[in-house]
Amino acid sequence: MNRLDVLRGPHPAVDHNARTIAALAANPGCDRRAVFDAAGVDKRAIARHLGHPAPFGQSVFAITRARAFEKLVKADGCAELLRLLRELFGLDVGEVTYVDVAETGEPGHAARHARTRDLLRDAAHAAADGRAAGVLVDHPLLRLDVGGTEVHLEPDVIALQAGGRFHVIAIKSFAIIDGQAEPAQVAAAARQAAVYVHALRALLAAEGADPALVAHNVVLVCPKDFANTPTATFVDVRQQLAVLARQLARLTRIDRILDRLPPDLTFDLRPGPDGTPTRPADDLARAVRQVPARFAPECLSTCDMAYFCRAEAREQAATDLLGRAVRDALGGLATIPEVLGLAEGAREPAEDEAEIADRLRLVHRFYAEALDAAAREVAVA
Amino acid sequence: MSVLAAFARARAVREGRAQPIATVRHLHLSPRPMVFIPLRLAGEAAAPLGAMLGTDPAEPHLLVVPQPRDRDQRFAFVAELAAIMLPYLERYAKDVETVEAKTPYERSLDAPQILVPNPRGIAFTRLLGRSCRFRRADGPYPVHPSVPVLGQWLTFLADRAEFPGSSLLVAMTEALAAHWATGQSRVEDGNLAALVGWIAPPDGMTGPEAAAAAEDMVWSPPAGPDTAPEFDAEVLAPAIRTYEATGSVAQVRDAVRSQLEPTWRVMWRAVELLRGLPEARGVPGRWERDRAEFTREAIRIAEGGPPRGRHDSAVGAAVRLSAMERAQQAFEAQRALDDPMVMVEHRLEGRAFAGEVVAVELERRIVPPGRTRAVNRPLVTVVTADPVRLAPGDVLISPARPRQHCEVVEVRRGTVVLQVNDGMGRGARPAPGSVPEVGEIVCYADLDPGDGPGFPFPSREETPWTHGGPPAEYVPTDEDAMEDWS
Repeated sequence: MNRLDVLRGPHPAVDHNARTIAALAANPGCDRRAVFDAAGVDKRAIARHLGHPAPFGQSVFAITRARAFEKLVKADGCAELLRLLRELFGLDVGEVTYVDVAETGEPGHAARHARTRDLLRDAAHAAADGRAAGVLVDHPLLRLDVGGTEVHLEPDVIALQAGGRFHVIAIKSFAIIDGQAEPAQVAAAARQAAVYVHALRALLAAEGADPALVAHNVVLVCPKDFANTPTATFVDVRQQLAVLARQLARLTRIDRILDRLPPDLTFDLRPGPDGTPTRPADDLARAVRQVPARFAPECLSTCDMAYFCRAEAREQAATDLLGRAVRDALGGLATIPEVLGLAEGAREPAEDEAEIADRLRLVHRFYAEALDAAAREVAVA
Repeated sequence: MSVLAAFARARAVREGRAQPIATVRHLHLSPRPMVFIPLRLAGEAAAPLGAMLGTDPAEPHLLVVPQPRDRDQRFAFVAELAAIMLPYLERYAKDVETVEAKTPYERSLDAPQILVPNPRGIAFTRLLGRSCRFRRADGPYPVHPSVPVLGQWLTFLADRAEFPGSSLLVAMTEALAAHWATGQSRVEDGNLAALVGWIAPPDGMTGPEAAAAAEDMVWSPPAGPDTAPEFDAEVLAPAIRTYEATGSVAQVRDAVRSQLEPTWRVMWRAVELLRGLPEARGVPGRWERDRAEFTREAIRIAEGGPPRGRHDSAVGAAVRLSAMERAQQAFEAQRALDDPMVMVEHRLEGRAFAGEVVAVELERRIVPPGRTRAVNRPLVTVVTADPVRLAPGDVLISPARPRQHCEVVEVRRGTVVLQVNDGMGRGARPAPGSVPEVGEIVCYADLDPGDGPGFPFPSREETPWTHGGPPAEYVPTDEDAMEDWS
């Protein structure tokens, strides 16, 4: 049996998607997440069984609205989307072919990916010869190698402009009001779209086409102002692409992490006849702890395991708990007792800690002075 | 993140309780603030679901929108909100004083203050303002006349909230986090109940225990404007269905109340915590500015001024940005002058120092370059143990004498020699007490409270061609008023 299958146990594999890759790339130093994602472990189920469920999820209202909006944009063979793109690119509507990959040919990931690949390869070669026609590919399926495992990705739509460039289109239901949207949501959409651009470029490169045909401008389709009318804008994802490419390259090859783990390690929940886990939670926790995590507060909104990892970081009194900026300000010291020990002079600094120790002692002295001064003020008043 | 705040967070972890990072309160706190907790329907930009607001902790007003997707119900909600909020705002516009200046202007004696739980509450306030200010009481889709007026006010308040040091509309998490460091991260500090738990845990609980309890969304619902997904699925959605089937609002009302009441209590607890801190010296000056801006807007709205356009003009945006930068600089300097704890951050950077005066050359008079008469320029020598990173020529000010400027003459290890340049009166000798004396403990900092003139921007009419030339006067159009709503 494959090593990753052993880790996962008899559970169906949970697929990666653009959001999980973006989250993984945001914290490339976390072996735990890398292993869980590579093995397709159901992190949500594990966290729940460990007693640390992540409370995040999407509201039913948000999901309903997102579906309704996507349906509206894609209705009648993407008629509305085509209208928006025509405005944005100046496309001639007659020249655009609409292809729904999900509705033609055989079902299944492999078949869908093969059709997507053939379609895009032919389009790319046509574009290179200067005979490009507009193509709108709905429900495409891309593949990407993430840390040694193949991952399937499903962008909303890919458009090939008559001019010969591919654009990834992201349909999102958050509003753009007076030309502005919530920065956090745009950033999340850009990170996801960058994953698609990256995968699309990889596909073209593998097919011998020019990856530069994929534009670094993605098209974001959102409701305009307070209405349901869609509007389209370009979002430049060059920065996100650069970050992603760097992080993907840095992702330790999964084999190298696996080599350090005990060979019989598994995250099998041992589901009983009714599907409920029968494995003792502390036994599972011991297994999870075998794979080192790198907790950061940002994980709390992106990773199912975050609450377990946070509890673990608390046991260790790790400075990671306080956020990366705090850890950096504290000279990268790993634990809170180290910080306070150096500041209060209870701990002798190691050779490379001399500088931060001086600084911490100074902070400690100033902090005490300021508290004293305030106490005197209150006493006088 | 300053190393001081980082150190305070580390201490908070060990102590199991938040640690102070300010010794005085740097924001104005009204004796009668209005707490405003808005909720919106998830997935929608500005579809209010309800709100709890009021000035009396014992008597909150609860507003509910039983079907948030219904346009008419949304604006009925805003009209109800206006019926509570407008009298509160407008009351303050009545009592004004005339400020003597080159162009005398009116300033209200006091101003309103609205407190929301978090920055997202401010963002929602801005969106609600944006969604209402263009509406009209006549024509297609008419709304109650108070709706566009409230829209203008909410727009103004959200705009002021971006100015450092303004206290008209305040996000409670930000206000608390500016005064206390918790043993968790900034991300987690965004949860108001958890933050308050760290600062003032209930009896018998530690800060982390109180924060953990606050993270349990069943007992401690989020402070809005977004509700918890579980609540949406299990409580709210069925309640809305019941309303649609029976027309009874009771179930939605109870659901919304259950999500707002805990936050209402936490908000007033937070107000008490802030009241416990003595007010910083710079607060009344900044509040004066807020009062003046408030009065200006009140007069503008009363005179039927048009709603703010969808976009700023080039000159307007530049002026605003410059004003915000100056406010930021002044606020930072003032905070340090008012608070020895904030000054620590500057001392750590070596841009400020504290120490004892060991020598004063009070009689020193020199003829400054380009002048003919000798003037008082006493020298003050200070011994300090701080890591000073200042150079001769730097101009410093001191919390004890904030209007006096001193120039660094010499920095030796552990000793700084300063020349006092002004603030000594008009006499032949420096006025008594105007120059530090031997033995005095002093603090000097390279800070600029920036009360000088701002950058001279061109007028609207003189907008240069590089910035699109003079913009057309903004006139609200029928199109703005008729904006589509889903």
